[in-house]
Amino acid sequence: SSNEHKLNFKKSKEACLSYIQDALLQKQWKRAAEFLTCYVESLEKDYSREHIGPSEMIWRIGTEILWHHSQSRMKEFNCFMEQMKTLGVKRYLKVCLEHVFHLLCNGQIDEAYQNLSLAESWRFGEQTAIQDKEIKLIQAYRGLLDYCSWSKQKKILLQHGEDGFEGLAVEQEMHNYFRKAAVNLKEIIKIPGVWDVFVKCYVDLLEFYGEHNEARQVLNEYAYNSKFPANPNAHVYLYQFLKRQGESKKSLISALKILHDIVPSHELMIDFNTMLQKSKKRKKRQLGLEVIFAALDYAGWKENAKAWSCLARQVKQIVISEKHLDWIKQEWNARKDWWPDFHFSRYLAKRNWQENKSLSCEKALVAGILLGKDCKYFKYVSHQGCKARLKRFRMLKKFVTRHNPVYLRISG
Amino acid sequence: RDFNERCAQCSEVNWGLTDGGRFYCRSCHNVTERTREVVNTDFITNSRVQTISKGLKKQGKNDGGCEWYICEGFQLVLKKQVEALQALGVCPQMKDEILCNFWRCYLQKSKQAYCKRPAGETVKALSVCESSTDVDSDPERPSLLHLLSLSESEGDLQTDCSFASSVSKVSESTSVYSGSVDGSLYLMKNQKEKLRMTMPMTLSFCYLALLWVREPITLSELLRFVVEGHIPYMNVFQHFPEKMKLCGLDLKIFCVESWPVYEEVFNKMHELAAFLDLPRFPDITENCFLHPDMLCMKYLMEANLPDELHNWTCRVVKKIGIGEVDFLTLMPGNKSTRKVKYDVLAAAVIVVVLKLLFLLDDHYEWLLSEFAEERNKNNTEGGPYFEFKKWYEVVKHSLDVEQKKLDEEKAKYLWRCEKPLFYSVKNKSKVLKRRQMVVNLQNQFGKLSGSVQRAEKPNPSSFQLSWSEENTDGSCFHGHSLKGVLQEKCGLLTTMNPDYWLCTVKLCNEKLCGHLAHYREVEFPQSYHFVLGLFSFLLRIQPSYIHDEVCMIEHRLFNKKLCKKLKYNSVLRK
Repeated sequence: SSNEHKLNFKKSKEACLSYIQDALLQKQWKRAAEFLTCYVESLEKDYSREHIGPSEMIWRIGTEILWHHSQSRMKEFNCFMEQMKTLGVKRYLKVCLEHVFHLLCNGQIDEAYQNLSLAESWRFGEQTAIQDKEIKLIQAYRGLLDYCSWSKQKKILLQHGEDGFEGLAVEQEMHNYFRKAAVNLKEIIKIPGVWDVFVKCYVDLLEFYGEHNEARQVLNEYAYNSKFPANPNAHVYLYQFLKRQGESKKSLISALKILHDIVPSHELMIDFNTMLQKSKKRKKRQLGLEVIFAALDYAGWKENAKAWSCLARQVKQIVISEKHLDWIKQEWNARKDWWPDFHFSRYLAKRNWQENKSLSCEKALVAGILLGKDCKYFKYVSHQGCKARLKRFRMLKKFVTRHNPVYLRISG
Repeated sequence: RDFNERCAQCSEVNWGLTDGGRFYCRSCHNVTERTREVVNTDFITNSRVQTISKGLKKQGKNDGGCEWYICEGFQLVLKKQVEALQALGVCPQMKDEILCNFWRCYLQKSKQAYCKRPAGETVKALSVCESSTDVDSDPERPSLLHLLSLSESEGDLQTDCSFASSVSKVSESTSVYSGSVDGSLYLMKNQKEKLRMTMPMTLSFCYLALLWVREPITLSELLRFVVEGHIPYMNVFQHFPEKMKLCGLDLKIFCVESWPVYEEVFNKMHELAAFLDLPRFPDITENCFLHPDMLCMKYLMEANLPDELHNWTCRVVKKIGIGEVDFLTLMPGNKSTRKVKYDVLAAAVIVVVLKLLFLLDDHYEWLLSEFAEERNKNNTEGGPYFEFKKWYEVVKHSLDVEQKKLDEEKAKYLWRCEKPLFYSVKNKSKVLKRRQMVVNLQNQFGKLSGSVQRAEKPNPSSFQLSWSEENTDGSCFHGHSLKGVLQEKCGLLTTMNPDYWLCTVKLCNEKLCGHLAHYREVEFPQSYHFVLGLFSFLLRIQPSYIHDEVCMIEHRLFNKKLCKKLKYNSVLRK
């Protein structure tokens, strides 16, 4: 109808918002502030039907601008946040929490703690019950800060020793913080979620005070409880804990197995492969081979000399023993179409040789076995290596040449 | 005029009306306290009681407010607007002689004043200031929401709902809120026959008066001045005197949240002229600014087109008879004559002339431009030939810059003003708090806006784009020659372009769908779209309106050919 193009309040503010959005994306803070100044009068209109109202917009946009604008000071920032807290009861705790995050980023730990305590004591009728999750979060972060204080005390204690009055006072302080922190951290990790930092801190506390069983329980819950979202870090933490506790290889391996399933490219795969290679069980050794091949499928691992040396070692061992060549065959079948270009191109041969001779040596071994002594990679590297009269390259050449028939059996 | 009492001071019966609607004695200038409503003693008994009580309660209790009627408010608005117009240089008679009389006539015709109150009408609504509780719980009293939905003004539903819910919480039997005496009455009755006053209609009044004195301001210019802030409109109520308290339903009437649209003001103006039973307006002759010949000259200049085109616009105007006095002059109530939009018409004439000369089919105009370019390169004597391409580049660039500025202005527009608006006394404190917060935030972020200060209101100017012949970069095309696109045939100068394409073969029935044609950008050449866009920007209206006028002009111009063609078609069908 003819009224569609009418410029009215709503359309004008929508346009204003899109200008703000553009300015923010281009980090033009002054321009964003200019348009926000014009937008704020939206607060005087009722937008209760919209999904996101002007008060939330202004809070989020204003925070961004004040945080990044060169002329903005922390004082103004804090003042702004206090105003935002009054704008919406339903959002009060969220705003408090985000304010705390900013304070922490700015290094104002004490102010952050104060704000957390204040927020924790907030009561507002039925809202208190509705915003229960936010309260828990706030308590958790306060617990975290308590943990930080505990940590500081621990440092002091370790530096100055446990003797004397000071030592006792510090220990007492520590214990206070421990109790406060533990209570809150324990609560939050009961709720399904991603709580890496809380879990780590809580476990640290428990370990210090010798509560290993509880720590183990916590980590198991975090890693294996299906209600919690899949989280690779959970398994990492568990593994690290078990390692610290000196657990058997078996339990360590089972902890890492799941990590391999979720994140085959995880950096712990090297440790995993190393453990598996040493295992007496055949299946485990085969798994080891799987693991290292899988890790090297990822671009981030291309130049990882350690990984290549793991693979090279295992391949070498298998070739020498002449047993289980089918393992290699199986792994290679899935990869023979693309690994040559991915890892063993002539270009990479040159580059690897120039940049990292150990890397090129390990890779050349693998290439030589998988692709034969006539492949580009092996030929170039071994030639260069022998030219440079480096012993290990001579040995490399010998080895590969001697075992060349293996290649034929693998590729056949 | 019905007031027959003797003046207290001089005993004469010679009354006039002040601006505030009070009677004053013309002989001794004694101003009475009686307003015109009070004068009419032919009220039914109910209101008589009311008037007496009103008289006692004149100086309101709580906050120094007084009773005021909606039409008084509008009267103030009109006063402000006409004063602004006078500041712009409009003739002084406009205020006291012309607009004032139109207004009084309106009040009389709509039976809001200067007449006997028809029986059966009582003012039921009570003002908030009085906060009386002796409300007759009338089951027939319309609900708040019903009243709100009846109002034609924009407002947004959310505010209405929150208002409604906040008020309904107070009490079932609370009266309908408004600061004015008759706010709810105003919204409630179906006043279609009586042409209820609205904010956009104030501009219709202004334009009616401007047309009467034939001021050189077109409707599009007037509306542009309004948007630019030279004529009060958006928050004009903040100039109401302190004692005129504005709240509740008054807001729906006086607080608009959208800019008035050309069509709306234009149509209302014609309705108004008919309603007021005005006679034929002063003639619009060739010397008049509103005559297409004059307006075309102005727009040609503004569009940076060669002056020579003016000959062509005059020819077209003459040929189709739109320069005739009878066509142009407004005759209110005459349904057979077409309502003339002077500015749109002139713009459309220029578009048609461009089509005649350049065809504007996305091919021919560029071809002609190339020829002109060649000629200009080789021959610098005798002034340059007009090159469409160069003109397009120059104008498009300026247009884009201005359009971008305008778009940003629209996004930065501040709609609220200092005067707080609240629907009821209950949420007054909340409103004030919010206002305070808004002001704080504006200060805080305003400081961070850098060196960009909010520019002062630019001086009102008739021209939005200006081109100077003194520029040596050749960006002014006024003096360029059309020789490149014209040829002589039988002693007459005619176009080289032999073709013409019609925007539409058949015109729509305006009465049925409101338009003569329907403009869809994708169906027309880019050049045509560009030209429409240029005038659309200058006049601040949608391109489709100009397109409508273009169609109308084309059909008049090629009338004979079209008739033949249609006849031929219909013969075929048989």
